[in-house]
Amino acid sequence: MKNGETLRRVLGFLRPRWPLLAASLLLAVATVALTLYLPILTGAAVDLLLGPGEVDFAALWPLLTQIAAAAACTGLSQWLMNLCNNRITYATVRDIRAAAFRHLQVLPMAYLDGRSSGETVSRLIADVEQLSDGLLLGFTQLFTGVITIVGTIGFMLSVSVPITLVVVLVTPVSLLVASFIAKRTYEMFRLQSETRGEQTALIDEMVGGQKVVRAFGRERAVQDRFDEINGRLTRFSLRAIFFSSITNPATRFVNALVYAGVGLAGSLSAVADGITVGELTIFLSYANQYTKPFNEISGVVTELQNALACAARVFELLDVPAETPDAPDAASPETFQGRVELRDVDFSYTPEQRLIEGLSLQAAPGQRIAIVGPTGCGKTTLINLLMRFYDVCGGGITVDGADIRTLTRRSLRSGFGMVLQDTWLETATIRDNIAMGRPDATDEEVEAAARLAHAHSFITRLPQGYGTVLQGGGESLSQGQRQLLCIARVMLCRPPMLILDEATSSIDTRTELKIQSALLRLMEGRTSFIVAHRLSTIREADCILVMRDGKLVEQGRHAELLEKNGFYAQLYNSQFAP
Amino acid sequence: MRKLFRGLRAYRKECILGPLFKLLEAAFELLVPLVVAAMIDDGIAHGDRGLLVRLGLLLVGLALVGLASSITAQYFAAKAAVHFAGGLRSQVFARIQQLSYTQLDAIGGPTLITRMTSDINQVQTGVNLALRLLLRSPFIVFGAMVMAFTIDLQAASIFAVAIAVLCAVVFGLMLWGIPRYRTVQQNLDGLLSITRENLEGVRVLRAFNKQAGEVARFDGQNDRLTKFGLFVGRVTSLMNPVTYVLINLALVVLLRTGAVRVDAGSLTQGQVVALVNYMSQILVELIKMANLIITITRAWACGNRVAQLLEVAPAPDGTETAPAGSDPAVVFDHVSLTYEGAGGPSLTDISFSIPRGSVFGIIGGTGAGKSSVVQLIPGFYRPTEGAVLVDGLETTAWQGAALRARVGLVPQRAQLFRGTIRSNLLWGSPGAGDAALLRALDVAQARDFVEAREGGLDAPVEQGGRNLSGGQRQRLTIARAVARQPELLILDDAASALDFATEARLRRALRELEGTTVILVSQRTASIRHADQILVLDDGRAAGLGTHEQLLESCPVYREIHESQYRKEAGA
Repeated sequence: MKNGETLRRVLGFLRPRWPLLAASLLLAVATVALTLYLPILTGAAVDLLLGPGEVDFAALWPLLTQIAAAAACTGLSQWLMNLCNNRITYATVRDIRAAAFRHLQVLPMAYLDGRSSGETVSRLIADVEQLSDGLLLGFTQLFTGVITIVGTIGFMLSVSVPITLVVVLVTPVSLLVASFIAKRTYEMFRLQSETRGEQTALIDEMVGGQKVVRAFGRERAVQDRFDEINGRLTRFSLRAIFFSSITNPATRFVNALVYAGVGLAGSLSAVADGITVGELTIFLSYANQYTKPFNEISGVVTELQNALACAARVFELLDVPAETPDAPDAASPETFQGRVELRDVDFSYTPEQRLIEGLSLQAAPGQRIAIVGPTGCGKTTLINLLMRFYDVCGGGITVDGADIRTLTRRSLRSGFGMVLQDTWLETATIRDNIAMGRPDATDEEVEAAARLAHAHSFITRLPQGYGTVLQGGGESLSQGQRQLLCIARVMLCRPPMLILDEATSSIDTRTELKIQSALLRLMEGRTSFIVAHRLSTIREADCILVMRDGKLVEQGRHAELLEKNGFYAQLYNSQFAP
Repeated sequence: MRKLFRGLRAYRKECILGPLFKLLEAAFELLVPLVVAAMIDDGIAHGDRGLLVRLGLLLVGLALVGLASSITAQYFAAKAAVHFAGGLRSQVFARIQQLSYTQLDAIGGPTLITRMTSDINQVQTGVNLALRLLLRSPFIVFGAMVMAFTIDLQAASIFAVAIAVLCAVVFGLMLWGIPRYRTVQQNLDGLLSITRENLEGVRVLRAFNKQAGEVARFDGQNDRLTKFGLFVGRVTSLMNPVTYVLINLALVVLLRTGAVRVDAGSLTQGQVVALVNYMSQILVELIKMANLIITITRAWACGNRVAQLLEVAPAPDGTETAPAGSDPAVVFDHVSLTYEGAGGPSLTDISFSIPRGSVFGIIGGTGAGKSSVVQLIPGFYRPTEGAVLVDGLETTAWQGAALRARVGLVPQRAQLFRGTIRSNLLWGSPGAGDAALLRALDVAQARDFVEAREGGLDAPVEQGGRNLSGGQRQRLTIARAVARQPELLILDDAASALDFATEARLRRALRELEGTTVILVSQRTASIRHADQILVLDDGRAAGLGTHEQLLESCPVYREIHESQYRKEAGA
């Protein structure tokens, strides 16, 4: 996206704030005009102090009052302008964040699965924050900076044309120096941040894997690699910091030149009676005021470019097409019987790699379908399709005879209960977590569901019972307890169809027994799709789908498949191999 | 903290020259208003054009000398700060690599990473700015005041009052603002966790149709953030307007007093102009100084944290490097282990002996102490009571590196490092050739998928092995340990992501390793039932020790575990 396009869209978000923007602009003009007017008053006052016995006190007092009044007005209008800018920025940023978060809720799963959540979070938080900083700085400094420059030149011209020319002629030097240094520095900073990134990655990796480093005695080798990167970083940092720190003295030098030029030209003109000493002080203070915005503007421009780059990343997120909306005439049945059918389903995440081809399957209400196969064989893919996290590429899936694409996602998903391997819980109370699917459930219903899921007893042992707030997705609970809560969550909804992922590799035996019994209770009378790891589940399934490399290789009941002596038999027997 | 700054001693020259040149520049800057006063009082008043030109050139000269000294100062400051920080990073990283496991656990990974990155960066910025500005800003503020005193005592007292009032306002607003900006940041962090949680739970949230609730939750926090940010902004944005008004009020008083003094003949017009100029220099430097103090306070806090890390004493190391004789590979003699800061023991009175070349299984539920047993063997932790002997020597007597060179450990978490498959395997045995690596891959049942990858052994591995599946990562960590050709191979529940068939083949291959003692940790009886000896752990205690058949007979815990996994078969 081009900068112009991005800017246009940022302005689009600013549009609702136009009254504030107009006010901010007016206040900026007022502030600058007053700021420029003050030196004139001061100069006029200095002109009254000619020498011993020649001070015109009668004229001085009203001038001093005016200075005080003008200063007070400047302060007030500057503060009001700051308030406007703050409000504009904060409101705009809030709107952008809200829009982005709403968009997240309708993004296709393929987009979310395709990148780390950290990256998306950083767009929504860090990038927007950077944009906000850029906007705020842009409003406060770019506006006033430009107005100050224009205003100063105008005021100076009104006092003396030749001296103004001296000032204006030195200006390009200042800009040249600033851009020269900025260009050099940019490259250095890029190298520095690249190397810093490399080092942080190494630190991250080696601190995280420190125990492995020790186990394999790699401390020396790792330290050498660290020192090599560190040496480069030190070199680049020194250059980046030194060159960037030249900017300040260099621009200050140019300012000093302007100051000297104005001082010389002004005083010579004063000798020739062109201007008064008071007017000279006006010029000197203008010379100070005039060069400052140039320095600031060069900083602001970099900041704004950075902000635009961040805005572009945010808009990129907003531009990701949302998942196909529900059809306008989509049905939303209240309940399902639970008859699920897959017809010639083709599916792949990427066009190059075909995953599922021609998968057909019928599940009558209440049947259990076990999905088995080696790791990475595409078992979770089926879950993605049933829940319509992804759409099939070919063929179709029907529930109670209706293609799931003709149903609203809301009603389809409320027909399924899902217990996945990674037990995700929300930062909320246990009660709210269990009632996630039915927020209106009574406390008695929640407790009943927890009892059925064997979760009630451990919940009551927690300090606040059902009111205990789970921090960070329930870190304080064991994996097994989290799983029991997930089961209770589904138990409360009593959906007609279930999707279960059985992997419980890191759960102790007693909890595992509880989970197993809770799952069995849950499955009673419900059509269940189970990614199965337990032989008992597999043996009792009404249909076993054997997956291998994403393809369905065998399908049937336990005994039939064993008789067939194919891949399933091989898998099954390996359990008992020496 | 003193330890921290020891590194700065190597740059003593830079640390002295930097501020010195900075002071030089400031001194030249302070002369400027005096020169301008001379231009007005001597040049303009007497119409002396020659003097004016000379004074004008003097201004240019002062600017040039100022520029030269300032650039010199910046260079010395940058050099001292950057090299100091670089040295510090290397030193801290080396220290991290010396910390014991107990210390690593206590400090925690995220903390260590923050110390190494943002904390040291802050220290670098702090040192740099301190060298540049710590002397300069106060020098200008008080220098301007002193200069004012040299011009006129009475007028200058206005300076003293103005500086005091400005200081109060500037520092007062900053002190008010800093903690509140921290709260703004916390609000932002809250927004961040809501977003992250939403993304991580996206499947569950969509399955339960919770999108609208999530949006409401986000909006609530978003509004809170906006409201509080606006409130803090309202107050802190007073800084510039208020100081501006104050400095101009001081100017009014200055002009008023000046007028009386000029009228009485004790002050000239040019001197009044000089006083006005000094007044405006003060404001700029005062704000810089306030910012500097904040930066330095922050850097100081960061420096303190880094220093604390450097003050942690590294764990003592043993001296023995060779085994005593033909003792059993591993002996646990009444071993108990309580982790530092833990409420109770993780292991209590564990004893067993593993003969060389045998296969030893350890089984138990989560938290039973399986990993604790395993981590005692390479000396990662010291037993609180009793002794752990490897090849007849206590682990505390072994030199850490020598002990660990005999052990191939496959940890529970399959951790790989950025590089290639080869570079990861070479961790096990630096300098191993293709044949040795392929043999290790064969044992780990990983050869098929490695050869199927583009580049084979040289296929890239991303950070943490992200581009590999869980099962592939596990098999590569097994291959890494096997490539070591260790005396003792330990698999800490390291086959959990493998399917039955692959795990069975792996077990067969491990059994065929000549002369290697193998320790298998698992939650499943199927994985360890063929071991020569099995240790059953229950809540940190030994619940049984023997073969599969013996334990089925005598150990209720083992029987319970076994039956929960095989119940249907037992009935069938």
